[in-house]
Formats: sequence, structure tokens, C-alpha cells
Amino acid sequence: MPSVEREVRASLLDAALAVFLKDVKTEWRTRVATSALFLFAFAVLVLVGYAVGPTTLSRGDRPPVHSVLLWIVLFFSAMTGLSRVFVREEEVGTAVALRLKSAPAAVLLGKLLANLALLTLVTAFVVPLFLAMMSFEIQGVGLFLWVLLLGNAGLASASTFVAAIVSKGTAKGTMFAVLATPLLLPPLVAAVSATQVAAVEPGLAAGADFLKLLLAYDGVVTTAAFLLFDAVWRE
Amino acid sequence: MIPHVKAAGYALKGLLFVVMTWILWAAFLWARPAENFVGESSRIVFFHVPMAWIATLAFLLAAIHSGLYLKRRRVEHDEAAAGAARLGLVFCALATITGSIFARVMWNSYWNWDPRETSIVLLLLVYGAYLGLRGAIEEPERRATLAAAYALIAFATVPFLVFAVPRMYASLHPDTVLNARGKVEMSSDIRTVFFLSLAAHTALFFWVYRLDRIVSRLVREHAARLDQEATV
Repeated sequence: MPSVEREVRASLLDAALAVFLKDVKTEWRTRVATSALFLFAFAVLVLVGYAVGPTTLSRGDRPPVHSVLLWIVLFFSAMTGLSRVFVREEEVGTAVALRLKSAPAAVLLGKLLANLALLTLVTAFVVPLFLAMMSFEIQGVGLFLWVLLLGNAGLASASTFVAAIVSKGTAKGTMFAVLATPLLLPPLVAAVSATQVAAVEPGLAAGADFLKLLLAYDGVVTTAAFLLFDAVWRE
Repeated sequence: MIPHVKAAGYALKGLLFVVMTWILWAAFLWARPAENFVGESSRIVFFHVPMAWIATLAFLLAAIHSGLYLKRRRVEHDEAAAGAARLGLVFCALATITGSIFARVMWNSYWNWDPRETSIVLLLLVYGAYLGLRGAIEEPERRATLAAAYALIAFATVPFLVFAVPRMYASLHPDTVLNARGKVEMSSDIRTVFFLSLAAHTALFFWVYRLDRIVSRLVREHAARLDQEATV
């Protein structure tokens, strides 16, 4: 590899890491997105647990109902907080400085990592509580963890890009959910189905098709986001 | 406009009128109902499939013009993308409704979340979100750029539900025109009406699409003239 190219690539990663750390630090000061996600997730967990607790469903009904409820909690938690990364920059007026300081790809990568970290944190909080509150038993733990990882990666990628779009317009909160939902329907359908499979079947093989679909989606949506981000960010 | 171009335009519209009239007659009275379908329900294929095809075609057009806008930054491409999305939404809604009517006759339920039904709803949602986004941004150039970026990322994600998911779940939907065996399996009278209808509806779409683009241009020019008068 020519040394110039290596340097550019290293500096891109450094810049992305800097954006990520900056976002973590500013988020830590106010904790707006984090508390929105956690409070929303917790409120929905309480509601769902109260309405559809372990005793109300027969054993056979649990996998389909619980799988979809789990992803509803994760999806709507994501919708409450993940737009923060870009909306904050526009509201406070720091977007201009960030545009001057960092390459667009570094900004997107940094923000994407920040959102992924936040979503992972919420998942780590929601999933054990959900499993315990609902007596939801998972047979294929490996498959379940892969689905959570790939599903969250897709959620974070598409949401981060949509956040960049809505931060430039009006009615940011409403538009965020409106724009993100159609993009996220395919991976959510796959993730819900794969979670159902994981609930009843041990081993990865039974859900391999869904994992492939999720992986392909994550790859396509992340690539498309990086290709299109330049135009959105400069606007 | 040059006289013979205008005459050719009239001739084409006349031809479209005649063909459409023939299709309406033939679809209900000439073609025989297909086998393995409840009663006369197969006749809806002459209208449902062209609607679904145009809904997809319009989405493709919107994506192409969005890409061209981001590359060339010409307002015509933005108008073309928006027009395609507006028309696509209409045809997508029609495809959903005709499909739902067919489902009621054939499977005794208007809606049963068949993978194909799910994918057409996704297309409806994407069209709605795209047009909603356009409504949420005042400034024309910013609106054009952001809408184009959204159309393109949606174009990258829609195939997952439209093509991948129906193949992973069992579907009740009849074989698409080119089925898994790679052949068109229709009797000759149905085939004639079907492909003529597909062609005529596509022509109808492009005619209305052209009108839409002319209207968009006139509106833009009018607004520019008003601006100019205001500044003078």
C-alpha cells in the first residue's frame, strides 16, 4: 500500500474516532438521547409486561408474540433517540464547525459508531429484562445474539443516515420516524422471524437465511449511506 | 410546435383511446376466465398487474432522476423525480386496492399479509415518506437534494422486501408474469389482452407523466416571472 493512501486511511479512522469520542462526551454531559431511549424502553417494557405477562399467553403463542414485542421495544426506542446525533449539531449550530473540521465520511462513521454504541447499551438493558419479565425462553442463544447484533447494525445505519436528512428540515422528530420506518421494515421483518426461530430451535442453521438477509441489508444500506452522505452533509 | 409532430401526437392519443376502449371490452367480455381461479376473478389481472408494474416503474424513474439530480444539479431532474413519485403513489394505491379485491374473491379476505401484500404496502410507505419529506422542507434546492438522497437510499432497501422476502415465505400470490419456470403460461386470448393492456397503461402513464412535467415547468417559470416583477 502506498504510504500516502495509508496515511489518508489512518487519518480518516482517527477523525471518525474523534467524532465518536466528541459525541460520547457531549452526550454524557446532557444524556438527552440516552435517557430518552432508556426511559422509553423501560416504560414500554412495563406496559408490555403488565398487559401480556407470562401467564396470559399459551406456550405455543409466546415465540411469535414475544419476538415482535421485543423488536417493537427496540425499534421505537431507536426512533426516540437516534436522531439526536445530527439534530443536536444543527440546533446548537456546531454543524458548520464540524463540516470544516472533518471529512464527511469521518463524520458519518463517528456518528454511526455513537448510535451503534447507544443502541447496544439499550439492548443490553432491554433484552435481559424482557426475557425475565415475559418468561421468554430462547433455545438458540447463538442465533439470537447474531440477530440482535445484525439487526441493531441495520437499525443504526439507516437511522443515522435518516437523522442527517431530517436534521436539515422542519418537524424533525416526526419526519425521523416517518422516513426511517419504510427503510427499516425489511430488516425488522427478518429480525422478528429470526427471533421466532431462535426461540424454538437450537443452533444457527435454522435461521441462516435470515442472517444472510440481515447481513446483506446492513452492507447495502451502510454503503448507500456513505455514498449519499456527502450530498446531504454539504446541504 | 412543428405541425407534423403535433399531428403525430394527436394520432398517438387517438390510438391509445381506441386500444384502451378495446381492452376494457376485451378484458370483461372477450377473454375467457383463467383456470384455477374463482369465477371471473382472473380478469383483474388485466388491470392489477399493469398498476403494480407502473408503480415499480415510477419508483425506478424517481430513483434515476434523483441520481441525475445529485450529479447534475438541474431542477428538471428534481421535478421529474417528484412527478414520478406522485404518479407512482396513485398507481401503487390502485395496485393495492385491485389486489385486495382479488384477495377477497379468491381467498375470502381483503387482507392477509401475504408477502406480496406486505411489499406493496412498503412501496406505499416509501412513496408517502418521500412526498412527506418534500413537504417538510421549504427551500427548493435543499428539498431537492435531501429528497433525492432519501429516494436513492429507499431504492437500495426496497428490493429486500419486494424480492427477497416473498421468496423466503410461502406466498399465495399467483405466479408473477415470468414465473419460476421462466415461461409465460397464459392462454392466447388472455395473453393478447394482458400484454396490450400492459403496453397501453404504460403509454397512459408516460402521457400523464409528460403533462405533469410540463405543468411543473410552467409553474416554475410563472413563479420566476412573479419574482422578477416584484424586484423590478
